[in-house]
Amino acid sequence: MSEHAFVRKEIVPEQTPPLSSIGIVGWLKANLFSSWLNVALTLLASSFILYVLSGVLPWTFQSIWHASSLTECREIAMATWGKTHGHACWAVINDRWVQLLFGFYPSHLYWRPIVALLLLIVALGPVLFSEAPRNLFYVTAAYPFLLPWLMWGGSLWVSVSVLLGFLVAYIVIKYMVEIFGQLLGVIAAVFAALFWWTFLGAIFSEIAISVLPLSLETVTSRSFGGFMLALLIGVVAIGCSLPIGIILALARQSDLLIVKAISIGFIEFIRGVPLITLLFVASTLLNIFLPPGSDFDIILRVIIMVTLFASAYMAEVIRGGLASLPRGQYEGADSLGLDYWQSQRLIIMPQALKVSIPPIVSTFISVLKDTTLVSIIGLMDPLGLSQGIRANAEWQGIYWELFAFIALLFFVVCYSMSRYSMYLERKLQTDHL
Amino acid sequence: MTVSADPDKASFKPAMLIYDTRYRSMTIQIFVLIAFIIFVFWLINNTITNLFELGKPIEFRFLSEPASYDINQRLIEYSSRDTHLRASFVGLLNTLVVAALGCITATVLGVFIGIGRLSKNWIVSKIMAVYVEVFRNVPVLLWILLAMAIMIESLPAPKAFRGDTATASMYLSDSVAFTNRGVYIPEPLFNNPIGDISLFGTSSMRFDVSLDLLVILIVFFGGIFTSFKIKKWADRTQNITGVRPTTWYLKALVILVPTLVLLWALGFYLGYAELKGFNFKGGTHLRNSLIALWIALSLYTAAFIAEIVRAGILAVSSGQNEAAASLGLRPGRIMSLVILPQALRVIVPPLISNYLNLTKNSSLAIAVGYMDVTGTLGGITLNQTGRELECILMLMLVYWILSLSISAVMNWYNNSVKLVER
Repeated sequence: MSEHAFVRKEIVPEQTPPLSSIGIVGWLKANLFSSWLNVALTLLASSFILYVLSGVLPWTFQSIWHASSLTECREIAMATWGKTHGHACWAVINDRWVQLLFGFYPSHLYWRPIVALLLLIVALGPVLFSEAPRNLFYVTAAYPFLLPWLMWGGSLWVSVSVLLGFLVAYIVIKYMVEIFGQLLGVIAAVFAALFWWTFLGAIFSEIAISVLPLSLETVTSRSFGGFMLALLIGVVAIGCSLPIGIILALARQSDLLIVKAISIGFIEFIRGVPLITLLFVASTLLNIFLPPGSDFDIILRVIIMVTLFASAYMAEVIRGGLASLPRGQYEGADSLGLDYWQSQRLIIMPQALKVSIPPIVSTFISVLKDTTLVSIIGLMDPLGLSQGIRANAEWQGIYWELFAFIALLFFVVCYSMSRYSMYLERKLQTDHL
Repeated sequence: MTVSADPDKASFKPAMLIYDTRYRSMTIQIFVLIAFIIFVFWLINNTITNLFELGKPIEFRFLSEPASYDINQRLIEYSSRDTHLRASFVGLLNTLVVAALGCITATVLGVFIGIGRLSKNWIVSKIMAVYVEVFRNVPVLLWILLAMAIMIESLPAPKAFRGDTATASMYLSDSVAFTNRGVYIPEPLFNNPIGDISLFGTSSMRFDVSLDLLVILIVFFGGIFTSFKIKKWADRTQNITGVRPTTWYLKALVILVPTLVLLWALGFYLGYAELKGFNFKGGTHLRNSLIALWIALSLYTAAFIAEIVRAGILAVSSGQNEAAASLGLRPGRIMSLVILPQALRVIVPPLISNYLNLTKNSSLAIAVGYMDVTGTLGGITLNQTGRELECILMLMLVYWILSLSISAVMNWYNNSVKLVER
């Protein structure tokens, strides 16, 4: 009947792939040895890695941890390995790591920056991870007022009275908006808060201090330093720049011509000049711009300038997010009858901020890195301290160990931030690609 | 009968300034403007009062006083008897030099690393990823100080080059010397030079332009221009006849021959650096500070450029690649005709903003003592004259103008490559 010699009736069982295309061998073949060019690249790259590691690993691990000076380090290296170079002298880190972390902060008060850091982690918890208990938001709200108290000392009541100013504003908004409408309510709240801060706040805190001091030993700004200072400036600037940046971005996008012009002028001015010129302003000029006789803390001045700097960049990043939203979102919000602030809060901002997470985090990272510039105007950040350490007779001429340690500190913090932003991006991804 | 949507004039009440959306934006703006003007006047008033108390009214006369400090790395003539304005101008040129050098090397490195990170070779892509992460997550100031430390600490002193027992040697057949006092490279010299032309007379902005260099550049770029014409001619011939004439030797001829002839006519030779006494003499001396700043800024910015290049290439959908391949294009042509033109549209705007960042970061020169405009105008001039306000305002203005010019280039480019939508 059939001219076919053979007809298969059953399906052939699936064969295992050839050994050369699975497992480690397959992976190696696909990723390292797929062509002659690839083989050459692999060899070249691995010999490069070997070369680098053969220099770095002995330097890092065949090292001296206990010595009191660079000369002693070299003597030990000479005695142990027969040569003075090629071996790290980690003894300098062992000797000075506390200083590199805390600067000249009084050593019996180290618990305060540490508590501030721990509280920061607790306060960031609910912001960063949705699994964290929601009650922690109270810590987040209180943190901006606790931080200065912990770091600079003084009485807690000063912070409380500042906090009460916000409470006054909140209460005024709550009751006045119903009576006078939104605009007048907000203006009244601002004036009420200003009134509290200028007149009543001081009286309140004085009375409270006389009843129960609740005060910590005061630490002057001159003793701030080290990685603590970098983190302090970075955290405050990051924390303040996001809300200011949002306001600036909204102002730049708004229809109000004058508001828009002021915002554009501010943003473009700040973005056009290097941070170092703004730090010069902080160190030499800011007092000239303020009423005669006002002379406030250098760290506060630096924080103000770094915050302004970061806000301008943040505003541009958020504006990018706002611009990427289709017009339909704005029109949809309008057609629902939402007013400006409602539509921003409920429709626009959640989407715009989500789009701009990666650039926002990279702005954060660059702000933290830029805090090292304060060493140029004489503040004792890790880089400034490292120069101070080198100025000592014992550690004169030590470079690489200090740089490596400082680089590691910054790398750990910045790298975790960039990883977190990638995690957040994945978590918030709603499109199915 | 006229129908009017406007409310009656008589029905206007002052309350409408706040409650009526038609008038409210006006009200807000006027209040903001008044607040802003008051704020600015407050600042200016404070400044004037403070400066009056300090006894330093705003004036710019100090700029024409002798600077009396030296600038060791400079492009144009300068001596300590020159004015502060001249010193600032030398500093500005130094800023431009390091920014231009940095942008070029950072771009080359960045493109290389960005493409390397997309390599199919696992080790290569991982090395590049490590490079990017390490350089992006550590402050640029640290890289600058580290590069400076390497220059000073690990390079040999000039005396190591001396004698029969020299422990260090020059590279590239004795033309380049890396010492801890800087790098010495050969300088171009001419036996029968045409001379210089002086621009801007005797003002502080005066500088000499070497006519030799100018002529060489004109001839060289003229050659490149002609080679473009040859390419167009080849394109036309190919369109008409279907056969593309071989043109590479013609192109090489029009670029190289006139330039070489000119160099010969000018008597071009290289002046090598030589060890004399305690130091090298002759050649071009690139100071440590310049080299350190250049290297650190390039390496740092290259990490950012690499990410931009990678993102740009990934932004071109793989369908483009496949479609081009199915048209029968070779991989090189796919890259140059299909992928790159589309990727560049994504790459160039952030690339230019990184150039901007590099230029602004070059102000960190002050940390290693390279005399750029921050080091002269914002550094020594400021400290010597005590004119903080004037110096810092001028410094900001300089950077602001630089930024605006770079942004203007970016906008021009963006407009020229914008997709024309019908």
